[in-house]
Amino acid sequence: MTATKMNSAQSVSPAPTGTGSRGTRLLGAVAVCFLAVAVVYGLFISPPDSQLGNTIRIIYMHVPTVMAAYLAFLTTAVSSAMYLWKRTEFWDLLGSSGAEIGVLFFTVTIIDGALWGKVTWGVFWRWEPRLTTSAVLLIMYLGYLAVRAIPADPKTRATRCAIIGLVAVVNIPIVHKAVDWWRGLHQGKTVLGTLNPEMGGTQLFAMYSALTAGILVCVWLLIHRFRAGYLAERASDLGLGQALEERRLESSSTSSGSKVSGDDS
Amino acid sequence: MGNAVSAIVHLHSAVALIGRFPALAGVDLDVDAGEILLLQGPNGAGKTTLLGVCAGLIGLSSGEAVVLGEDLTLNRRAVRRRVGLLGHDSFLYQDLSVVENLDFWSQAAAATVADGRAALERLGVASRLFNLPVHALSAGQRRRVSFAAMICRRPELWLLDEPHAGLDSSARDLVDGLMEEAAASGATVLFASHELDRAEHVAHRSVTISGGVILPQAPPAAPPDARPAAPTGSPSGGSEL
Amino acid sequence: MSQTRGVLGDAWLMARKDLLLERRAKIGLGQVVPFAILVLLLFAFALDPDRGVLKQATPGLFWVTVLFSAVLTLQRSFGLEAEDGILEALRLSEISPAGIYLGKVTALTIQLLLLEAVLVIGVAVLYDTKFVGIALLVAIAFTATLGIAAAGSVYGALAARLRSRETLLPLLLLPLLAPVLIAATRGCEVSLQREAVSGWPWAALLGIFALVYLALGSLLFRPLLEDA
Repeated sequence: MTATKMNSAQSVSPAPTGTGSRGTRLLGAVAVCFLAVAVVYGLFISPPDSQLGNTIRIIYMHVPTVMAAYLAFLTTAVSSAMYLWKRTEFWDLLGSSGAEIGVLFFTVTIIDGALWGKVTWGVFWRWEPRLTTSAVLLIMYLGYLAVRAIPADPKTRATRCAIIGLVAVVNIPIVHKAVDWWRGLHQGKTVLGTLNPEMGGTQLFAMYSALTAGILVCVWLLIHRFRAGYLAERASDLGLGQALEERRLESSSTSSGSKVSGDDS
Repeated sequence: MGNAVSAIVHLHSAVALIGRFPALAGVDLDVDAGEILLLQGPNGAGKTTLLGVCAGLIGLSSGEAVVLGEDLTLNRRAVRRRVGLLGHDSFLYQDLSVVENLDFWSQAAAATVADGRAALERLGVASRLFNLPVHALSAGQRRRVSFAAMICRRPELWLLDEPHAGLDSSARDLVDGLMEEAAASGATVLFASHELDRAEHVAHRSVTISGGVILPQAPPAAPPDARPAAPTGSPSGGSEL
Repeated sequence: MSQTRGVLGDAWLMARKDLLLERRAKIGLGQVVPFAILVLLLFAFALDPDRGVLKQATPGLFWVTVLFSAVLTLQRSFGLEAEDGILEALRLSEISPAGIYLGKVTALTIQLLLLEAVLVIGVAVLYDTKFVGIALLVAIAFTATLGIAAAGSVYGALAARLRSRETLLPLLLLPLLAPVLIAATRGCEVSLQREAVSGWPWAALLGIFALVYLALGSLLFRPLLEDA
């Protein structure tokens, strides 16, 4: 999906009025179904945990948001590498959409992790590996978004972001390892970010429904964000033909006064 | 009169964007080997961008560009080692001395340190300045040093953005001499200037760029004692522009 | 890339020029080192030397100081290249982008190691540190510094052309260097506090970080130079 470089006088097809399509509406409907199932099973039907009671229910939100965040960042990572290879606008838009959605989901993860911590242990923050890693990753991708926001021509902006995307993603396993070794000794029981292997029956069902719902919502958001970005680029391109005309007009306004070469020496 | 194949510089409908702004809006230009071409035009017309395109630094978003036989739309980098650019910036490290700069930049251009020293002499840079940091030089002296850093590359195509600016009259004569020497030995010189009096004496030909395009021209400049024709607006064969 | 020189030759040309620039302008010696000592003092003011917190926290404080000083040094190193059209001149030259990158990394590593040497004296004097397990400490210092220079040079080059580089570079770089801080601190603690575990895995992690970013930086420097 390369950008059209120059706009002709008439557009090829009428401009879309939104980013929805039949596909996304279907996807959205399916996601809502899974969400409904997850809510019902997660909040009501599945039993409370033997040790943690009803507070365990937050895991039905926490795990899906973490997974969605990682999916989004993985998209950014792959897109960054693909952009540097192929140099097409598609990969740039996909990568930046992934970064935004990833930041969104990571923020939710940290918030619900903090809430769970407050309820269970009385503190909003614990220096445990998953939360700590999430915080570092969140800030790295906030940096990505900060650079994305700097006005620049599309190619420059895309290259900068692709580089940051790659550099950041390569760091993820290293951060994991370092934080795990660092905090690993201090771990008590933590539910955050892990699938409890003792889950069975309705709990497992609730978990998988929630996970599927989370991923579907993530993909749905990605598609819409991508399309919104695509439309924004097309809108900017429309200006190019006009800009060329205006530029050439400068020359005819000054050419009437210019001489080819001096004849006065 | 050259054709596209033998021209040192061949641009056709070249459009170059800076951000989303079309600095070049469809440039047609042919320059032959050994020519000294003056690029005139008002501020903001695109002279600097044109020089940057020819140097392989700025890419085209559409159009053709073949410089020194290299197709810039395919590979901009190949032509860079064969051109020399004198821009508005000094291209020098302010904290290093004159010789330290030349030593670095000559080696960076795969030339030798001796080439750098020879270039400094050629540009008339006084040896008492050699060990001074660049920031301590006057603007004119700094320009001579920048020029020296350019000529030690032995470029086949000289791209000069207002080479006379900031120089005293003896330095300007020197620059004119260098340009003529370069052209005589087969290099091609493309220079932008506002100083038409001086520039037209050394240039073989001149074009005017305005609004990102080269304006249609009359035939090449007549000998100094003949009255040049008024601009007719009818380009010949596509190669004069 | 020059035929006669190769990437390493290019790197050495760049590194020599950088070290020469430092010798001329003396920013590292005159400004960054005093700044680093100042940070050590500020930590002492904040953490009350008498209660032993300072002594315990020495490795962490040392590496945090190194990180802040590294950001300053990077700003300076790449700020120079962004002025006076130097980047354009480098693009026009025969120096390969990988050579430019490795040259910057080399010069930065040397400068930071020298800074750390001074800081070591600083903590020995100000925080009364006793050094144990020199081999591990040296290995950690070397690998951590190389990693900081390698990752920092990528972001330093990227931020150099931006007007907001003063705030952007720390924001981009410091989270990236979080594992370096953790590993270097823990590794030094293991050594200084004579813990029973081995500190070498930390040095290994630092080594991996450095190698990964050296490779990535060398590959990415061309698009960085041309398009970013």
